[in-house]
Amino acid sequence: MKIVVQSESFDLGAEVDAMRAGRTDIGAIASFVGLARDMNDGSGVTAMTLEHYPGMTEKALSKLVDDANARWALLDVTVIHRIGRLLPGDPIVLVAVASAHRGEAFAACEFIMDFLKTQAPFWKKEETPEGARWVEARESDDAAAARWSRD
Amino acid sequence: MKLHMLYFARLRERFGVGEETLELAGATVADLLAVLQARGGAWAEELAAGRAFRVAVDQAVVAPDAPLADGAEVAIFPPVTGG
Repeated sequence: MKIVVQSESFDLGAEVDAMRAGRTDIGAIASFVGLARDMNDGSGVTAMTLEHYPGMTEKALSKLVDDANARWALLDVTVIHRIGRLLPGDPIVLVAVASAHRGEAFAACEFIMDFLKTQAPFWKKEETPEGARWVEARESDDAAAARWSRD
Repeated sequence: MKLHMLYFARLRERFGVGEETLELAGATVADLLAVLQARGGAWAEELAAGRAFRVAVDQAVVAPDAPLADGAEVAIFPPVTGG
């Protein structure tokens, strides 16, 4: 398991290679990469700055991964989240999940992202031509996390 | 009791402070919020009932009736927007 908060970028290929290096029990790796967009809520976004709560962030991410491990038979999980100033097109977050079969990997990857969006203490501030603004939380993100408690 | 307060993101900017040490004569998060609201201005506005904010005690999000202990780290922040 690897959980990292960093300002530097990351390489999806390198992370997946590290995950499977030296083992042959992994049958599936599902991954998600979130990127900074150049548009949000009808305004152009020229850059964004990600702030977090050092200490709690790592705890919250560890708990998400523990919850995913309790729910599915996973072989490995990597979560990398960037902080600091990012430009459109820059990668923000990576989640990669390894398991024996694809079902667990797909589901756990989506589960971790859904709860990361609503539980992990990160905040985005966007720079737009109209000035800087804090991104507001979306109800659709709460709904995405809530659906995991239905079944 | 003595509390180590932290404020993040939009609330840090609105309050004009990122951290402070606060002496509280009270027992719960609700008591603490009442003291902060009494400061008026942005504090009263942002921490009013019905406003969306979160309170974490020792790095775990809690409800308003949660108890506080001397030396606790208490953070107040907006709903999160990472990912």
